[in-house]
This record gives sequence, structure tokens and C-alpha cells, in this order.
Amino acid sequence: MWNDFTQQFWSSTIDGLTNGAIYGLVAMGYTLVYGVLRLINFAHSEVFMIGTFAALGAVTLVGVDSPQSGLALVGVLLLMALIAMAASGGVAVALERVAYRPLRKRGASRLAALISAIGASFFMQEVFAIWKGRDQVTFPRVMNKDVWFNIGSGQVRNDKVLVIVAAVVMMLLLDRFVNTTRLGRGIRATAQDPDTAVLMGVNIDRVVMTTFLIGGILAGLAAALYGVFFEITQYNVGFLLGIKAFTAAVLGGIGNIRGALIGGLVLGLIENYGASIFGTQWLDVVAFSVLVLVLMFRPTGILGENLQRARV
Amino acid sequence: MRRAYSRGLVAAAAASALLLSACGGNDNGGSSGGGGSSGGGTLSIGFMGAQTGPNAQLGINISNGVELALEQHNAKSGVKQVKLIKYDTQGDPTQATNQAKKAVTDKVVAIVGPAFSGESKTADPIFEEAGIPNVSPSATNALLAKNGWKFWHRVLANDDVQGPGAADFLAKTVGAKTVAVIDDQSDYGKGLADAVRKQLATDGVKVAVNDSINPDASSFAPTVNKVKPANVDAVYFGGYYSAAGKLVKQLRDGGVQGTFMSGDGTLDAQFITGGGAAANGALLTCTCSSAVGSSDPAVQKFASDYKAKFNVDPATYSAEGFDAANIFLQAIDAGKTSPSDINDFVSKIDYKGVSKQIKFDSNGELAGNLLFVTEVKNGKLAFLGDTSQAKPSA
Amino acid sequence: MSALSGIRRRIQFPDFMGVMGSWWDRTPWYGRWTLYVLLIIGAFLLPSSSIGSFMTPESDWASVLFYPIGIYVLLAIGLNIVVGQAGLLDLGYVAFFAIGAYALAVFATKKGWSFWEILPLSIIIAAAAGLILGTPTLRLRGDYLAIVTLGFGEIIRITANNLNYTGGPRGISPIPHPPSRPNVEVGGVKILRYGVLDARPYYYLLVVAIVLVIIIVKRLEKSRVGRSWAAIREDEDAAELMGVPTFRFKIVSFVMGASVGGLAGAIFAAQTTSITPPNFPFILSALILCAVVLGGSGNLLGVILGAFLIAWLPERFRGFEQYRVLVFGAALVIMMIIRPEGLLPSRQRRAELAEGTGGMGSLGGETGAVAGQRVEIDEEPVSGHPPEVLAGRDEREAGG
Repeated sequence: MWNDFTQQFWSSTIDGLTNGAIYGLVAMGYTLVYGVLRLINFAHSEVFMIGTFAALGAVTLVGVDSPQSGLALVGVLLLMALIAMAASGGVAVALERVAYRPLRKRGASRLAALISAIGASFFMQEVFAIWKGRDQVTFPRVMNKDVWFNIGSGQVRNDKVLVIVAAVVMMLLLDRFVNTTRLGRGIRATAQDPDTAVLMGVNIDRVVMTTFLIGGILAGLAAALYGVFFEITQYNVGFLLGIKAFTAAVLGGIGNIRGALIGGLVLGLIENYGASIFGTQWLDVVAFSVLVLVLMFRPTGILGENLQRARV
Repeated sequence: MRRAYSRGLVAAAAASALLLSACGGNDNGGSSGGGGSSGGGTLSIGFMGAQTGPNAQLGINISNGVELALEQHNAKSGVKQVKLIKYDTQGDPTQATNQAKKAVTDKVVAIVGPAFSGESKTADPIFEEAGIPNVSPSATNALLAKNGWKFWHRVLANDDVQGPGAADFLAKTVGAKTVAVIDDQSDYGKGLADAVRKQLATDGVKVAVNDSINPDASSFAPTVNKVKPANVDAVYFGGYYSAAGKLVKQLRDGGVQGTFMSGDGTLDAQFITGGGAAANGALLTCTCSSAVGSSDPAVQKFASDYKAKFNVDPATYSAEGFDAANIFLQAIDAGKTSPSDINDFVSKIDYKGVSKQIKFDSNGELAGNLLFVTEVKNGKLAFLGDTSQAKPSA
Repeated sequence: MSALSGIRRRIQFPDFMGVMGSWWDRTPWYGRWTLYVLLIIGAFLLPSSSIGSFMTPESDWASVLFYPIGIYVLLAIGLNIVVGQAGLLDLGYVAFFAIGAYALAVFATKKGWSFWEILPLSIIIAAAAGLILGTPTLRLRGDYLAIVTLGFGEIIRITANNLNYTGGPRGISPIPHPPSRPNVEVGGVKILRYGVLDARPYYYLLVVAIVLVIIIVKRLEKSRVGRSWAAIREDEDAAELMGVPTFRFKIVSFVMGASVGGLAGAIFAAQTTSITPPNFPFILSALILCAVVLGGSGNLLGVILGAFLIAWLPERFRGFEQYRVLVFGAALVIMMIIRPEGLLPSRQRRAELAEGTGGMGSLGGETGAVAGQRVEIDEEPVSGHPPEVLAGRDEREAGG
């Protein structure tokens, strides 16, 4: 057991960070919406899933069917990312409009909103299941997977680096946005106290819409990266990922943007380390057990919560 | 308040009326067959398995084969007409119980299915108690034969043949000295993988890595990271095609070069789509045989009839489904119309099917234990024949 | 969406519950009890084939009445104790269902005990699991509890899948039936003959179980325990301040809910004779939660109706196989938009909804100044006062 752990340490670490980065990107979306609305946006996983199909559509549209390099590669990646981000962002905004805003206006309970989220999640999954079929759909390989160098047992590969760097960059951008722009201040204000925010002139509807939009954009980027890295998608690809990402958000401190990324990375590492020690069949048990332990000793997560204190 | 109350009643009544009228449609599956179990009129045979939901393709392959058999039978002159009723279980054992009871009420005289081992466990006791003969074209769990059931049969060898057969093939034909065995934590996958593990040990092959993946996960990095340092000659995977495709791709991208081998759950074109170039060279076993590319004229006729009717080639278990239906039809043509008579006839049958020679042991198992190998060559499934003659290209 | 809210305003949903409620209050006890008895008799008469032919023409009605309908009803009643009464968001209820089922299966196959001997044991084991899960986690706030309970549900399922003792992915089978008395016949039905062919004896057993649980739950609701739950649900901090031992009662609700889940699991395992880990997925927890909320969280009749609909409608619409889940998802969203308090909300709830707190307590997720209360203060206190006092002072100043 421990032998395996040490032998696989570097490969577990690198792969853990890579997986974790994808979790983190999706977790940031969960955490933003939760911070502002105190809502577990169950349907965020489908926002991600739709992004993956959009990215696939982008690749098919330009007729890429073999690995690219150089400028063409950059072009394809950017295209996938932009189209996925647009699609996911759009879906997220529409989701808010259709499934959550009416409840908000009614003053309905958060539990009703959760059920609405679950319903929306089922609905979107099924739309794609019927439209695209229930079997896996494959991406053509757009990027050759070159191993740059090895650290111990771990392979540092170009796609892994891409994923991690993209996640960190997005987190920094988001952090900056929330802390410096006017809209970002509005988000923080709404998260802290919606009634006072309204009194201070914040347009809550716009804030909520922006929050969903940003969350969707992040999910879209995660989707494009997912397509490049895993090269498959399916109508239910969001389900497990969504649960993991939400766990990551809670782990890092729900409502905390940096916490979401940290939580994601930590979760990815725990999964991989746990699998190397106990066997892959136990990795979910390990992950959830660690979550319970962390929450027992640090009830608000690793970095603590609060959107308005994102500078932690 | 009284007005509100009566309005409420009207609304409720309207809603229920709407609901009930909306569910008039009864297409797939149909309502209970009018035919009784004996005497004049149409007889009904049931198909039980997944028609929708995950892994539905395997169920559809079988029901297509059954449909073809019945169509060809009913077209002959002077024969008793036989109707097909499909019971969709989505492969779910609890749905299977409900559907099985429905089949009993519908008075079917025979069942082709259940398709999966899990649903067989729950549905077959019902058929046993009701006395309805059932032939499974695809449920390969070895324990099914050990229940002492009199009405149960299957037309392919079980996983106790497939597992050790694959292990022997790896040891002797492929010549692997160290193997990694991975399973997908499912009843079928783990059962198969465990059988392989056991036989490999008997054959003196070292099982260097054992692991268990979650087939719904996207990343199998932990598994790849275990397999890579072990430098194995071959990787055996017990599970289904969608996980297999993802796994083989990640293994190859991770630098693992050994032969990839898997069982009948992976034997599907979807494995090649999912695995891409990484799937090439994979060896897939099945106790079912392939109807495509056979030299036997009867099999070729089946394949072309199937293609003509369904616009696709027969796939995994189609031939078995066809044969299962046909042995029941043989019984009916011999004048047997009650379930118990059909069961007696079928238990003693010796029939040359398009998949194999069909004859049953006293416990309903297929007599004979052929295992067939298919290789993925250049993005296509290439049938190599049974384990004694198959020669993989690598 | 404005269109839907416009429709809402125009269709005045009749004050059905209000009317029924006040009529109900005026009925003397013998009237009520007559109705109860009639309902119970009606439940026993339900599995007739004439009803079955239009309720589920494509499946065996008696089987469907047992599972999913009956089992979902029992599970919803159990979850209602946790979510509807105490206001705790539990996303892993399926864990207790699984524990009850596995307990029965293991003891029946490995120790050879009879069904009736194991049944109380299953309930106790499930209750113990509720205690074990609840003790470290019920101090957490609402949404944290949600993810932790979700995780626990998955842990149970995965552990059952990985351990050889529970049969691994193969599960446990065959599970013996309860002892039968094949000669007892009522109206042509052998009501005590437990076999695979006829689901009706199991269904009757389930009805008896449901009635017993309802009686217990109703008693609890009207007792001090139930009142404490209501207090915790509405405002936990106020309840704590008023001297309600909130943690203890939260545990009680959790344990009660777990026991009901265990009971359902044990009966389910006996009927289905073969249980495997895929019988207990997370999605079942989500469905029961939907049943509770859809029906009217807190209202017993409501959750029974909700569970019935959630269980029955997909079976009824088998013909539209492709679109079943699609329609289900859309229906959930639409229902929540039009009637977020559920089909038959309790009168208490509707009053709460009118008040604007959503009728469901806030499940521990207060926004604004109240949220600030629980968060770790990461600034140094300016004076010697401990941080909690400072936080309290801020609250008062903000007028929150």
C-alpha cells in the first residue's frame, strides 16, 4: 500500500493536480452562485456538459480531424474555448431566467429552488441524450500528447500543463474581477447582504445574471479543456463531475473563489493519493471521508467562506 | 370559500381527465396478448431485456434477432402464428421483476431472455415458479446454472469458460508473463476478471497489478499510474465497452504498451470509436460467435437477411437471439403449445443454429465450451475464430 | 418567467387545503377515524386487476404498488421527518434504505434468522447508522449537511460494492421469504403466502408498516418533540436561545428517519430476494427528496401523494420511454415555479410562505447579516471582548 504510494507519488501528484484543476474550474461556478444566492446549482453540471458538446461542435465545424501544431493548434484551442464558453454562459443565463428567477421573485424556499435545479438537470441531460444518443461521443485528437519531461514516475505532458495553467489563470482573472470592478463589488455586496445592496443601488437581477454568466463561462472553459484532455463526452458526463466539483467547492470553503480552486486541486490530489494507497475502488470513499474530517475541524472549509472576503 | 372548494374539485377532475387521456399511447411493448397458452389462436413469445437506457444496444441486438426469426417463421405457410411481446427492463433487476410478472399474466409460452445476468437473478425465479421456459442468449454469469432451475437455459458458454479461456489464451498464445487485471466493479466485470486472475495464477503468469475502476469516471489516471511502472506484457479488462474505450486510450497515452484484452462486454464497435487508434490490436473474447465473415451459407443467409431488415450488420448476441427464438419455434412447429411441453422439447433439443450447435446439459447450460476471439485491426472488428485457432497479429 | 407568473395569477389555485383543513378541524374524532379506516381498507383493496389495467397497463400493478410506489411512500414519510419536520437537508437518505436491506440480507443468508427476527434488528442497525452519521455532522450548517449526507450515501453503496462480506458487486441472493401461512385466504387472495409470483402479501405487509409509521409520526408531531422540530426548522438560533436542545432533537429526527429507511429496506430486500449495490444509487435519494418537496414538505398526506406520483407516473408512461425523464424534469421545474410550496402544503407551511420565509425554514442558509454570525471571524477583535460578542453587537447595529 504505502510502497505503491511512494512509488506513484509523482504521477499521482501531477495527475491529481490536472484532474483537480478541472474540478476547480467547475467548482468556481458552484461557489459563485452559492455565495450570491445560497443555492446549490444542481444543474451546473449540465451547463458543463453542454459546453463539451459545443466544443465538439466547434471542432467539427472547422473540420479538424487530426492533431494540429503551432499557430493552427492555438487557433483551434481558442476556438473551442470561446465557443464552449459562449454556449455554457448562455445556457447558464437561460437556466437562471427559466428555473430560478421565478422562484426568487416568489420568495420560494431554497429547497424548492433545489428541486427546480434537479428537474432542470434531468431535463437538459435528456435533451442531449435524445439528440446526441446515449453512447459516448469522441473528439478527434486536436493536440498531440507530448511528454515534456518526467519527474520521478510522473509524466509532465503538454495537455496536463495546459489544464492546470488555464485554471490558475482563470482563477486569478476572476479574483481580480470580483475585487476591482464595479460589477464585482455588486456581487460581493449581494453576497453579503442582498437587502442593503438593493438600498445601495445594486441591481440584483443583473448581479445574479452576471454571476450565472461567469459561472457558465468558467464551466465552458473547463468543458473545452475536458474535450482536449479526455477526448470524449456523453450526455451524463456532468453528473459525477458535478458532485465532485461541488465537494471541492465545499472543501475549499463555499463562497470563496480561491477556495474553489484550492479545494479542487486538493480533491484531485486526495483522490489520486487515496487510490494509490487503498486501490481505485476506494477513492470516492476516501474523498468523502476526508471531506467530513475537514468539515469537522474546520466547519467552513479550508479557506473559510465568504465571497466578500475573497482576498483571503 | 364554497366557490373555491367546488372550483378545486373541477380543476382536480379536469387534471385527472387530461392525464388519463394523454396516456392513451401504447406503442412499444403493446398490451397483453390475446392469445392463450394452448388451443387455437396466436401464441406469444416474450423478449425480456434492455430496449432503452444504458447498454440498450446489447438488448436491441438480441430483440432484432428474435424479430427476424419470428418474421421468417410466420411467413411460412401452414404454421401457427407466433407473436412477439417485448418487455423492456432497461437492464434493471427491479424492473425485471415487474416485467416478468407481467409476462406471466400475459400468458407468454416462452421467453427469450433476460439479457443480463443481474436481471436474470430476479426474474428467473418468477419464470421458474410460473413454469415458463426461458432461454438467455447473453447472460453469462456462471452462478445462474447452480440454482436448480428446470425452465432456464442459455445458448452460450458462461463466464467460467470465458474467464479461464481468456487467461489461457493470454498465457499460451499471446505468451504474456506479467499481466495487469482491471475490473469495473460490476457483477459481470469483476466476476470475469476474478476468473481470469485465478486461471492466470494456475497458468503460472504473474498478475502484477490488480485494480478496480469506476466506469463512470472520466479519469483512470490512478490505474494507469499503477500499471505503467509494472511493465506488464498484457492488460486484461473485465467490463463494458464505454469504459474499455476510455481506459485503453488513457493507457496508451500513459505509455503502457502491453496487449489489451477484454471480454464480450467490450465487443462492440463503440469500443473502437471510444478508444480511437488506441483500440487497435485489442483482443476481445466472447462465447458468442460472429455471424459476419462466416463461410457457412446458413450463417451468411442470416447475416444478409438481418442486414436487409435492420440496415446494420448483426452484432453481439444477434445470432444467439435468433437461435434462441428458433428453438422455441421448432418446439411450436412440432405441435407443442403449452409452456411445459415446450420446455421438455427444448431441453432435449440438438439443433444447428447460426451461432453454434445447441444442446443443453441437464441444468440448462450449453453443452460445449467454445470461446471465440476477435481482434481490432485498423479500426474494425476482425473475427479470428475460436481460441484453439485464433492467431493475433501482434 | 413572467409568462408563467402571469398564468399563476390568473388561475387562482383554489384554497383547497384551507377549506379541507377547517372542515377537518370541525369533524369529531369518530368521523376522522372512520375516514382513516376507510382509507386503510381502500389501500388493501388497491391491487385489483381492474384498477391495474388502467393504472399500469404495461407492468404488473401489484408489483408496481409494492415497488416503486409503496416503498417510495414509506421512504418519503421517513425523509419527511428529517427534511419536512426538522428542516435538515439530507441528500443521502438512500444510505439507510441500503443499510436496512443489507442487514436483512446478511442476517437471513449468513445466520439463517427468520424475517420477523431480523426486522427489528434492521431498524436498530439503521438507527445506529443515523446516530453515527448524525453526531459529527449535525453541527454543520444546512448545505454542508447536504453534501456530507450525499457523501455518506455514496460511501455506503461503494463499501457494499467493495466488501466481500456484503457480496461485492454480486450482492446477496437469494434472500429467503418471510415464513408463509399459505392457507390463510381472504377474498380469494392468499394474503400470507410470500413468494416471488404474487407481490400482494408483501404489499399488505407494507401497508401495515406504513400505517404504523404514520401513527408514530403523527404522535411525535403533536408532542414536545414535534414542536421542538418546528422551532428548529424555523429558526435554529432562536430555538437554541429559548432553551430547546437543538442538537439532541436534530439527532432524534435523523435517527427516526433512518429507522424508517431501514424498515423500508428490510421489506424491500425480502420481496426482491436479490439485492446489489446498484439498487441504491444517489438518484434515489434525489427522487425521494423530490417526492417530499413536490408533495408538500411537512404534510404527511402531501408527501404520500408526492411519492405516489413520482413512483407511478414513469411506470404509467412506459410507452413514452424515450421522453419519460425529460418530461419528469420539466414537470419538476414547472411545478416548483407554479407551486413551490408543494401540491398539498401543510397549513402551517402556507402561513409561513405567506410570511415570506419560504415555508421551509431556510435550511440553515441564511443570507446577509445572519450569515455573518456563523462565519469564523478572521480579524483580531479590537477590544478585549471575544469575537462572538462583537459579532452580536454588529447584528444589533445593523438591525438584522
